Amino acid sequence: MVPPPKRKNPLRRTQAPLLPPSARSRTALGITAAAAQGRFVLQVCAACETVQYPPREICGACLGDELAWRAVPSEGTLLAATTIRISGDPYFRERMPWRTGTVAMDAGPTVIAHVQASLVPGDRARLVQKLDRAGQGVMVALPLAATHDSLDDPMMRELTNDPQDRRVLVTDGRHPIGQAVARALLAAGAHVVLGIADIWKPFASVDGAEMIELDLTDADSVRRCAAAYGGRLEIVVNTGLYTRPGGILARGDLTTARVEMEAAYFGPMRLAQALGPALRSRAADGTHPACAWVNVLSVYALTNLPSWGTTSASQAAALSLSQALRADLRPIRVVNVLVGPLDDEWHQTVPSPKVAPTALATAIVRALRDGIEDVAVGDVAQDILARWLDDPKILERELAT
Amino acid sequence: MRRGYDGVVVTAPTTIPYERYSIHSAHRWIGQALAAALKRAGLRPRDVDGFCCSSFSLGLDTAVGLTQHFGISPRWLDHIPMGGASGIAALRRAARAVQAGDADIVACVAGDTNHPDSFRQQLTGFSRFSTDAVYPYGAGGPNMSFALLTDAYMRTYGATREDFGRICVSQRSNARNTPHALMKRPLTLEQYLAARPIADPIALFDCVMPCAGAEAFLVMRDETARALGLPSARLLSTIERHNAFAEDPIQLRGGWAVDRDELYGMAGVGPGDIDLLETYDDYPVIIMMQIEDLGFCAKGEAPAFVRAHDLRVTGDFPHNTSGGQLSVGQAGAAGGHLGLVEAIRQLTGETLGAKVADAKLAMVSGFGMINYDRGLCSGAAILAAGG
Amino acid sequence: MSSLADFAADLASGSITVVDLTQTLSADFPTITLPPEFGQCAPFRLEEISRYDSRGPAWYWNNFSCGEHTGTHYDAPIHWVSGKDFPNNTVDTIPASKFIAPAVVIDCSKETAGNHDFVLTRAVLETWESRHGHIPAGGWVLLRTDWSKRSGAAYANMREDGAHTPGPDPEAVRFLVEERDVLGFGTETIGTDAGQAHLFTPPYPAHFYMHGKGRYGLQCLCNLDLLPATGAVIVSPPLKIQGGSGSPLRVLALVMA
Ligand SMILES: [Zn+2]
Repeated sequence: MVPPPKRKNPLRRTQAPLLPPSARSRTALGITAAAAQGRFVLQVCAACETVQYPPREICGACLGDELAWRAVPSEGTLLAATTIRISGDPYFRERMPWRTGTVAMDAGPTVIAHVQASLVPGDRARLVQKLDRAGQGVMVALPLAATHDSLDDPMMRELTNDPQDRRVLVTDGRHPIGQAVARALLAAGAHVVLGIADIWKPFASVDGAEMIELDLTDADSVRRCAAAYGGRLEIVVNTGLYTRPGGILARGDLTTARVEMEAAYFGPMRLAQALGPALRSRAADGTHPACAWVNVLSVYALTNLPSWGTTSASQAAALSLSQALRADLRPIRVVNVLVGPLDDEWHQTVPSPKVAPTALATAIVRALRDGIEDVAVGDVAQDILARWLDDPKILERELAT
Repeated sequence: MRRGYDGVVVTAPTTIPYERYSIHSAHRWIGQALAAALKRAGLRPRDVDGFCCSSFSLGLDTAVGLTQHFGISPRWLDHIPMGGASGIAALRRAARAVQAGDADIVACVAGDTNHPDSFRQQLTGFSRFSTDAVYPYGAGGPNMSFALLTDAYMRTYGATREDFGRICVSQRSNARNTPHALMKRPLTLEQYLAARPIADPIALFDCVMPCAGAEAFLVMRDETARALGLPSARLLSTIERHNAFAEDPIQLRGGWAVDRDELYGMAGVGPGDIDLLETYDDYPVIIMMQIEDLGFCAKGEAPAFVRAHDLRVTGDFPHNTSGGQLSVGQAGAAGGHLGLVEAIRQLTGETLGAKVADAKLAMVSGFGMINYDRGLCSGAAILAAGG
Repeated sequence: MSSLADFAADLASGSITVVDLTQTLSADFPTITLPPEFGQCAPFRLEEISRYDSRGPAWYWNNFSCGEHTGTHYDAPIHWVSGKDFPNNTVDTIPASKFIAPAVVIDCSKETAGNHDFVLTRAVLETWESRHGHIPAGGWVLLRTDWSKRSGAAYANMREDGAHTPGPDPEAVRFLVEERDVLGFGTETIGTDAGQAHLFTPPYPAHFYMHGKGRYGLQCLCNLDLLPATGAVIVSPPLKIQGGSGSPLRVLALVMA
């Protein structure tokens, strides 16, 4: 396991973040898309079933041109490995030595992959697809039997965002999600800074968390938080999921919609503008660099649920903001956690299944540990996501009942 | 049976002395090599009616643009993107053109420049597969690719670092007399073994040094060469193969193994008749594969072969007699012509450095383009002295 | 003319002093909080437009946003349902003459110190009158509690069952409006009514009766401890918001030195 971070030498310049090589063909982004969700896929020829790698336009076995990304068995044998000690690429140069190897997959292809330290040629291996710091999918060979701790080494740290020994800002300690996330992160070994808006109203502290005043709708409050914590946070979890029932016409005015936009869009934008540059600049700082920005979003950000029409619209704005932040904050990983109805006061009249804040918190910690970028939590969110992936237009009509 | 290359000769072996870095572009290096080859043959630019070019660093230009750049008007033109196999490929195409009368004199030129960051830049966009599936994995470049092949070869056939070291030490010895070799300081096996590791099991002296340089030769009919008063070597046979053994999970053999019987059959000779061998040598492991796959020993026995033979110019198995890329330097695509140009020199007696005694038959082999996990192009040719 | 000139001279000489009764408008100043299913008053927010930078090289300015009832603010009769039908019941139509008026200060700071739920009753008012004379018609009645010396959570003083802050009971308000004909009622707390005023009948009597008779309200005042029990003059013109129910404002008191 990676030991806890040492205290920083204030006389040493903070290492500036670099990205690993990020150029890819459009087709290769299929691996990025899978890695973002923690899946493992390769192209499979519709005509002859040959599994392909590297990503292709045309089947290497039959010249077929229908190569769909599909889940395939990910095991294989490590045939060869090297420890690279010299690299011309600035990112890898700072991370030498680096282990790379050749895996012959049971499914057919030969894969050049990052190789976990304990694997030696001849070993059976399991390939996984992970996002690297450039936000691109890469193949990683892992031992068949591995635990979270046994895999925790500098290479895996480049591909994951483990909250252990990291300092995490959870934005909204008034929200049940914020409270649950703070507790889950504390249990995962993180130091948690938990924001409380309108500190003049009563609030419940979370044992072990550092409670601070933070109101994303208040520019000055955000600025003060950034001034105090900007240089000593590694993860930000934006838990201010502000959802209120009501359709566009039923609302009749913009008051609540404005608050929704403040909470979902302007507030997080303010926080990103205030904290983002400092966070990004520390993305290569020491053994536990700044690494992730998590947004909790309603799954109806994908397609509007008209009975929650204004909330859905604000969540769509939040999702769009998050997409932009992915480019702006890189190499900080922006994780989008899509969730359906929460088991909270605002969904009191909504039938089950609903997501308990603790379940959402568990999913967030897991996404950070696994280096996942997109996660849908709960049956409803997964169902909506599946329908959206299948056909967004059909889903739009389905929801507009 | 394939038609032979009767009456086709190669001549005017030309090298523009290599430099580690050059402020000039590849156009200049290629143009200088063309000029030098023509000067050697006593020809003017307009006498060249065939031109074949190989380069990685011409930017957007190809052989087409170079015709205008150099003021030549060939009736036969080719551009060969095969890296280390480009010399053999150029020779094969030029020989058939000359033989068929499509051209009378073909200048085959390869050259590249080298700037401090050009190697890295070239790696980042070397091929679609490499951009997608190799470079992001540590960005080790060919060092990484050949480290994996070397690791697999060592595990499979029991080769040791000493075995590879023997090859590198011999070539360094051969380079001693090559004026333009960039690395001429004598190398001992101890120094080889103690060298800085680059990508295990590859260490410093397993790697070529990228540099700027150019190589050229002329292909013509025997009578043309005689009329010009040029000493030449006869082309006896060639082979070429791409993406051989695609089903092998990792490369332990190359396309030579598919075609070598034809290579010898066409020339009417056997491995024992070859007086000198010029292999493509960007890393010693690929030399071992060529020695095996070209039939000098059985598969997996190259380590024993190099232990049993003296690979120096003066040895019983003269190999990479100018020092090869491992000592002279790798001038991009010119590396694919280096061995061929050296073989012509040995067979015509125009050597720059040490001369193989009584060299009558030479074999040249090429290997190129690690598109993804393996080199895709292989080729070889047998040349004979006495045009 | 001469009396205004005297007034100006007295201001200049300091024989009349100006006391600022206004809290600073800031984002973290507590605002009224209603149950979440109701519409909410937007808190004060400030967004920088430029600060001598690329967004405006030589100037600094902000956009601000807030509800009408944030910070030290003015309540117009239309704010409450009981005052919705009066003529001139909005901040833009209230006669300007109503914005300058005398004030009496009822000091209940000692009582409030020991009792957050202190209720201003008719009896308290009558006791005050027994010392200071009749509360004059046409003037403000300001309730001094020293609540403005608190801040943050202590100022809002919210508990599970809502805010606990002092305020008048229905009888006291009716007395002021119906028997003393005051211009309006002002407090140091977030509202003119007590924190638990929803329990009165009618709920929120200061709002109900004051606005129900076309009178005005001032809240979130401070520095009432610097005013005499009688004799101060209050300057309190709200922003001229068309149809507005109130507005943040600067409240000044003129006091003889
Ligand atoms: Zn196929």
